[in-house]
Amino acid sequence: MYTLVLSILHRVSGLFLSACSLLFVAWLVAVAAGPAAYATAGRIFSSLVVRLVLMLALAAFWYHLFAGIRHLAWDMGFGFEKSSARATAVVVLVSAASAFAVTLFLTPAWRWLIGAP
Amino acid sequence: MTSIALIPLGLWFVIALLRQPGLDCATVTAWLAKPLQALLALLFGIAMLWHSLQGVQVVIEDYVGGRLRGSSIRLSQLVHLLAAAALVWAIARLVAGGSA
Repeated sequence: MYTLVLSILHRVSGLFLSACSLLFVAWLVAVAAGPAAYATAGRIFSSLVVRLVLMLALAAFWYHLFAGIRHLAWDMGFGFEKSSARATAVVVLVSAASAFAVTLFLTPAWRWLIGAP
Repeated sequence: MTSIALIPLGLWFVIALLRQPGLDCATVTAWLAKPLQALLALLFGIAMLWHSLQGVQVVIEDYVGGRLRGSSIRLSQLVHLLAAAALVWAIARLVAGGSA
């Protein structure tokens, strides 16, 4: 049952990251356009909503990465049995949660995301 | 296989981004003006947009039916193409030191 939820989560996180890829491009365009444009973009990117979106993007990135590796293994014919699929589902969840926690709390990202100076 | 390329490229981007001392304009500009970093950012962006295009198309084909399907796919292609063009322009300008 929960392997089904994970499969849907792979799609949801992928769609979310697709939307965030446009944020990535917008951010690069703002950098390239110069300090004035970057300052304007910075005001939008540091708004509470976008900070929440970017925090979710970090979580979605790690989930989609590990779940994607699991899908690649399936494509190569590994781990498709029910017992393996259940075990690797746990590995994906624990890996994604750990990587998310490490990148969030051991980098300045957390301070920036909560709006600390 | 964009998925395989995105494992190292995605890891590079997230770790490099989080390792920057700050995300002010000068720091980011200096980071992405370095040729190798700019190339990686370009490869990451192109692989991500390509992968995104494929993924969005699969989702549309699974959930959107009838007359909306074709136009949804076309719209997704247009958005991804525009994003790729903007990405290339931005990286080119950063490498050229803001004069492109």
